[in-house]
Formats: sequence, C-alpha cells, structure tokens
Amino acid sequence: MENIRNFSIIAHIDHGKSTLADRLIQYTGVCNERNFQDQLLDNMDIERERGITIKSNAISLPYRARDGKAYILNLIDTPGHVDFSYEVSRSLASCEGVLLLIDAAQGVQAQTLANLYLAMEHNLEIIPIINKIDLPSADIDRVLEEIDSELGLDPDTHIKCSAKEGTGIEEILEAVVLRIPPPKGSEENPLAALIFDAKYDPYRGTIIHCRVFEGIVKAGDIIRFMYNNATYKVEEVGHFLLQRARRDQLSAGEVGYIIAGVKTVSDVRTGDTITHQERPCPQPLPGFKEVKPVVFASIYPIASDDYQDLADSLEKYKLNDASFIYEKDSSAALGQGFRCGFLGLLHLDIVQERLEREYDLSIILSVPSVRYRFTLKDGKVIYVDNPAHYPDPAEIDKGEEPYIRASMMLPERYLGTVMKLCMEKRGVNSNMNYTGPGRVELSYEMPLAEVIFDFYDRFKSVTQGYGSFDYDVIDYRESNLVLMDILVNGEKVDALSQIVHRERARTRALTACERLKDEIPRQMYKIAIQGAIGSEIIARSTISPFRKDVTAKCYGGDITRKRKLLEKQKEGKKRMKMIGSVSIPQSAFLAVLKSDND
Amino acid sequence: MIENKQAGLYIHIPFCLSKCGYCSFYSVASPELIPEFIKAVSQEMAFYEKSFQSFDTIYLGGGTPSLLSMQQIDDLLKSAKDHFNIDRQAEITMEVNPGDVSAEYFQQLRKRGINRLNIGIQSFNDSLLKFLGRRHSAGEAVCAIDAARTAGFGNIGLDLIYGVYGQDMKTWKETLNKALSFLPEHLSCYQLSPGEKTPLFARCRSDGLRLPTENEALDFFLTTSKILTDAGYIHYEVSNFARTDALKSKHNMKYWRHIPYLGLGPAAHSFCDRRRWWNKADVKAYLKAVGKGKKPQDKSESLSMEQLALEALFLSMRTKDGIHLRQYKNRYGSDLLVEKKPILDVLIHNKLVVLKDGYLQPTLAGMAVADSLALI
Repeated sequence: MENIRNFSIIAHIDHGKSTLADRLIQYTGVCNERNFQDQLLDNMDIERERGITIKSNAISLPYRARDGKAYILNLIDTPGHVDFSYEVSRSLASCEGVLLLIDAAQGVQAQTLANLYLAMEHNLEIIPIINKIDLPSADIDRVLEEIDSELGLDPDTHIKCSAKEGTGIEEILEAVVLRIPPPKGSEENPLAALIFDAKYDPYRGTIIHCRVFEGIVKAGDIIRFMYNNATYKVEEVGHFLLQRARRDQLSAGEVGYIIAGVKTVSDVRTGDTITHQERPCPQPLPGFKEVKPVVFASIYPIASDDYQDLADSLEKYKLNDASFIYEKDSSAALGQGFRCGFLGLLHLDIVQERLEREYDLSIILSVPSVRYRFTLKDGKVIYVDNPAHYPDPAEIDKGEEPYIRASMMLPERYLGTVMKLCMEKRGVNSNMNYTGPGRVELSYEMPLAEVIFDFYDRFKSVTQGYGSFDYDVIDYRESNLVLMDILVNGEKVDALSQIVHRERARTRALTACERLKDEIPRQMYKIAIQGAIGSEIIARSTISPFRKDVTAKCYGGDITRKRKLLEKQKEGKKRMKMIGSVSIPQSAFLAVLKSDND
Repeated sequence: MIENKQAGLYIHIPFCLSKCGYCSFYSVASPELIPEFIKAVSQEMAFYEKSFQSFDTIYLGGGTPSLLSMQQIDDLLKSAKDHFNIDRQAEITMEVNPGDVSAEYFQQLRKRGINRLNIGIQSFNDSLLKFLGRRHSAGEAVCAIDAARTAGFGNIGLDLIYGVYGQDMKTWKETLNKALSFLPEHLSCYQLSPGEKTPLFARCRSDGLRLPTENEALDFFLTTSKILTDAGYIHYEVSNFARTDALKSKHNMKYWRHIPYLGLGPAAHSFCDRRRWWNKADVKAYLKAVGKGKKPQDKSESLSMEQLALEALFLSMRTKDGIHLRQYKNRYGSDLLVEKKPILDVLIHNKLVVLKDGYLQPTLAGMAVADSLALI
C-alpha cells in the first residue's frame, strides 16, 4: 500500500488536463507511439470535440521513482460539468491528492477555484502545477502570486511544466510519489470499496470502477452492494492499463475494476459501497446519494418508421448510462416516442447527440420540464413532469415546483450582473461571502425550472467564464403554474407545451412564437403561430406564404433534372414533422428549447 | 417490341450562329458539322426502329433548326419516315429564328410537311433583344410572323420571355399586346431563368442587376395570364397558352403526361416505359459514337414507381387539367384524397387547388406554386 498513489487532475477548461494526462501515460510507458492518440482518457468523440470529460475514467501508471522503488500511480479522470458534479465528488473521494493545473498565461480561473474547493472538501493533498510555460504569453510570476493570494496555497509548492512539450513530467510524477500520501486502510478489515463509475461491456456486462478502501476482493467472492443489498459473485478483478488487466485481487488502497455478472450499469449506483456478503463492513463509505433525473423531455423519431430503431437505440444507450431513464410516451402531434429523464440540460444534449451520431437517428425533443407537484382538490398529490399530464386546472388546489440552492463563486466585478440574472430567474434568499480579495461566494434559492433552461450558459457568459456554479435541489415551493400550449394553424403541438409560472407564460409564449416564425419555412399558405393558456391566446406570430415557386420551363424533355431537384426538397421535407398542414423542421423544435437571450 | 402508339419524336439541332447569353440548351457555333450531323441522326433512328413504332408528333428544336437547308430538312424528315411510322396527321413543329427566314423559306417548309411553327420572338423591344443577345430585331420579328402567315401557316406559336433584368411591366405588356395583334394560335411566355453557368447570369451578377423578386415574378405571371385569358387563350400550362384545345402543343403535352418520346441528337432526352435516357451533350462525341455504330447515350435511369408518381404529380400540377385522381390511385396505389386529406382541405380552402370531375386541378395561384403542390 505504501507504493500506491491515487490522484486526479483538476483544472479550468482548456488548461491542459487531457494533454497532461496523455503525457503522464506516455512517460510511464503504458502506451507506446503506435497506440497513442490524443486525449487517451476521453474515449468518446463527443468528449474530444467538446473538450469536456463526460464519463469518469481511470488508469494505473507503473512508475519507478528516483528512490528506486516501483510505484503504482492511479490517475482518476473526472467529468467536468455541473450536471455531473456528483460523479466528480465520487471520483475525488477515491483519491488522496490532486494535481491542480493552472495555465501559465491565463492564471487562476473560475473552475480552478471551484475545483480547489472540491478537493479541499475531500481533504486532498493539492499540488499546484503551472502548465504551458512554453507559451510566449506565460506570466509565471503573476500565476505564483495568484496561487498565494487567490488560492491560499503555498506558491513554493508549485511545479512548472509544459505538457505539450513534455517538460516537467518527471517532477510531477516525483511529487505525486513524495507529496501525495499513500492510501490508508487495512487488508485485514472487512471489504469496503467505493464505486466511482460503471461501464457496460457487451461481452462481460457491467465493469464496475472502484476504489478499495478496506479489505481485499478477488474472483469467487460473494459481494454485496450496500445500497440495495444485491449480491453477486465476482468473476474477475483487475487494474486499468490502456485495456483492462486482470489481477488476482484488489486490496485496500487500490483502484481497479470488478466484473461480477452485473447485467446493466443501472444495477449499479455510483457512490455505493461494495462489501462482502459474509463479512460486511460496519457501515457504507460516506457521501452516497441517489442521483435522480431532474430534467424531463420526450424524444420522438422524425419518421414514425424509425420508432423501433429509436427504442433499440435507447435500450443500448441505457446500458451505459445509469442516470438516464426512459419510458414509452405518445404525442398527438408527434406520434409514438419516449419520456426521458436527465441529470441536466448538458446530459440531455449528450444523449440527443449520441442518439443522432452513434445510432444515426433523426429525433425531435419536446420542451424540457422539471417535475412539478400538484395537490388536487380531493387531497390527492400528483407529480407531473410531462405537460401532457397536466391536471384539469379546475381540479388543482395547489401547484408546487422544485427549488434549488445555487452556489456560485465569482470575481466581485461580476456581482451586479449575476445578482440581476438571479433575480430575473426568480431567485430569493440570497447570501453573500467574500472568500478572498475580490472574490465572492453567492448563493440563491431559485426554481429549478429557471435554472435548467439557460441559467448556466448565461451565468458563464455574464461572468466571462470566471464564475463557477453548482446546485442542490432543496424543496418544493408553491407556485402559480399554468399550462402554456403552442398552436400552429390551430393545431396544438403538444411537444411544445410547457408548464410555466404564470408571470413567465407570456414571455415564453412570445419567444416560442418568434423562434418558430424564424425556423418554420414559408409555405403555400399563411401560417398562424399562437401561444395559449387554455383558450386564451397570449402570443402570436404569422408566417406569410410564398406565392410563386414554379420555374418557368421544364427544359425540353429533361424531366430528370427537375425531378431530382424536387426529390431533394422532398427528402428535406421528410426530415420535418407534419403538424396538420404545416411542415415543421427539427430545428424549430430545438429553437424553442434554446435559451431566452442569445 | 414495345407498342408506343402515340410517341413523340424530338430532334435536337445543336447549332447556333451565336449563343444567347441566357440559354442553357446545348448548342455549338460549328455549322460545318451539319452535313455529318444529319447523317448521324438518320443512323441514330435505326437504333430505335424496333422500340418505337409510330409517332404522331415531330419536333425540330434547338439550337437553331432554321440554320438547316431545305435539303437537310428533307433528309431528316425522310429518314424519320423510313425508320418509323409517322402518323399522317402528325403535328410537325419547327423552331425558327426570326433572323433566318423569309416567306419563300416558310413556303418551302410547308411543302416539306412542317405544319406548325414556333418562332423565337422573345421580345418586341430592340434594347431587350440586344441585352438577351438575340441576332434579330423587333422589325425582323414582325416580318417573320407576317411571312409565315403569307406562306399559309395556320398554326403559329410565339415564344416570349419576361422577367428580364431591367424589364418593367409596361415593356412586357407592350410585347404581349404586339404579339396578340398577330392572333397567334399559341404563345409560350417564359420567365427568364438563366442557369448559373450562363454568361448572362455572370454578367448580371457583376453588373449588380437583379432578377424580379418573388412578388414581381408573381405579378408578371398573373398579369400575363390575365391579359391572355382575357384575349381568349387557354392558360393550359405554367408557361403555355393556346387559342383552343386543339391548338395546344401536342408534342409538349407528351412530356407532361408520361407519354413516350424519343429524343435524337446531342443532349436530347427520351422517355419510354419507365426509363429515361439522354444523349451526350457534345456534337463530336455524338458523331463519334454513332460513327462506331453505338447509341450516343450519356446516361439513363429506370424510374421507381415512387419517382414516377412524383413526376406525375409535379408535371400535372403545372397544367390546368391537373391530375386524374382515380388514375393516379390505380397507377401508384395512393389515394391522394384520403392520404393527403388534411393538406388538401387547406389547399382548397386557400384556393390553390380545386376538385373537378375527378381531377385535382391547380388554380392560377396554385400553378404559381406548382413545385410545392407536388411535394404535399
């Protein structure tokens, strides 16, 4: 155990986390030139393109240190978005230390600070690394000052490196060995292993990623998940190299995987504790939370023929994403589809993009909703996350919506605009602390529905990326809710219905009408778009018709050319949804989901 | 052998003395190749004498068919009669350029069996003619029509163009009224739509000239229709007007009604059964292929039922008659009245189509959006 170090790299976006990880992997020889590709730990195209890590990942690096001893350094990569902050916290809980990466040119940024706080919460050893020292704009002295004044860390503890050029890599590895404490715990104690992620393998079922804190686990053991008391027989354990590497056992202090015939990742809860059936640990490891979807939306195939494909794809997708839930749903306007639950809008985005990209589906999403609570006049309490199930307004005694506590850290200079934004989003009970010179911690209680739409994007934009944001769902509060419908030429487009606060209804409806006006192509007849609460029209827009599209002449007998043009248009039309007599493109549905002010 | 009783025969004469800036038809300024070309067309006919039996229309189009000598026209028509069965009542049309003709010339054409003329007038405005790159003047156009009448032609069609850069409604109405003064049997009024590869298109873009907007184009279209229907013409296709049903272009109707036609000469298109094919758009390649005893085809395609159905719909939505719903259902297995009911209701409500005697017919406003009607 003395020779194990478990650590993570944390950084503001683009400060070079993935490049440094690549360099550490290369330096320790896990990967040779031949199978090297950039951003080894970001397995999905989406992760590489967006520059964010979605799934946690881990790799064991064998390293012979200057003291002559061989060490195993377990690098645990973490997701980088507020939708996945629980996953981040579980990954950090599996470490004893972190490398806090700071761009030499950009200095300390919002996420640097937010990550630092997370690491401190877990009592981790923090090693500041100044990256990109090769940049002409690098200003190391300023960064050192910021490490002192803004992070409150001892600047003498820093290491300089250029992950791009491969300088400083050995010093970093040495620091991991010397400064990050070895794991504690005992092989003699009853097994306690923390699940920090799970992935699906089509041949082996679920691969559980875990950190063993106490005891030993090996093939043949009967293990128990403490959250649901499910038991499994361990088939295989091992370490993560670039591929999985089988080992006889995993013991206290180690990071690795367990394969135990668990069918899907949904049978596993991130943050749960694995112990032995026969000799369980006295209590689960701290910090477990059941992650529940907070954002709900329906997914429909554009072509109703694709319904079965969509069903199959969701089933496959679900195998690897425990936090995603779905069930059958149907829409009068859009036909058969699925109601889905997500951790947040980024999660929703990712699911949508992967369905389109990896499963080659064209889909339409309904407007996302949170889960509302209604008390009916007969005393019954119901939860509604789908506007289609909105109760009869005459039956409603009380409507409530979920509230969150938003915690934000930001430079003082953005305080005014952020407070304005929070108030606009119906934020209440604000609280403010100065955490350092020029730095503010701000908290607000806000309706979740306001946050899921565009709060995070706008927060990032008004703080120019210097703000960090996190939230916890706190409770349900009474709210004046209404059901707002969108009608296109008199036909209700149920996928665009939204449950909204009455004061918000008109603005939302106007925005939706304008967006639809911009996105729905002109047609042969006038299109009226209306927003309504019940039979009361609260917003409208009109798309005037085009009145000439015919070309003068079919050239001689060349019908082919003209037909091909029309075939192309027809193909385009197939990617639209026919609502009554109006073809609505996918982009129009997406436009309604977009944020209010961009 | 395939029976194609009512097929149409098109012969493309791909020669012009000069190229009009807006034209995207295939033609070359190499009149020295004409003699060899006439022979090649005759050879090309031989390839098809088994698959096409009889024709009741012949159309000499171009290019500029009026560049041909009487002997060459004789040779072409004689070859057609040698290889195919040509109906004795066949409509035999020739496109002529007003700059090439005289009363004597027209008399000779009549003797050879040409019974319908399509005269490429385009405009009675000299500056527009010059802009378009036409070889003739408005005066020559008038002379040509008079000469054709003098020669005894009783079925004359005039081609006109509107929507020319810089043309206003007044100039267009003048041209239309001038055309009407000759009481032509047929009028084709095309909206200028220069292909993006034409010199006119490039020139106008560099000169900052613009084509009519959608509303202006619609105005031209509706005004043209109004003036000509008021004058007693039937607006039977987007761009075509005839004085009576009998005077509609029989040949062109075949294109719009899925009736077989055989196109000979470079770049000519053919349709038979469910197949379309077209010849190489290159005189030399055409001559070479025929010289080697090969069909000079460039490409061909076999149409699926779905493609045929789309064609049927888009072609018929360009015509006043529209589409016969039961026939469409029998052929393509789709009952538009049932399957497209919601949208047809809206279209009828918006007066874009009407249901009449089992036909779905575009109104005038509907004809203007025929492309979209085809995509319902």
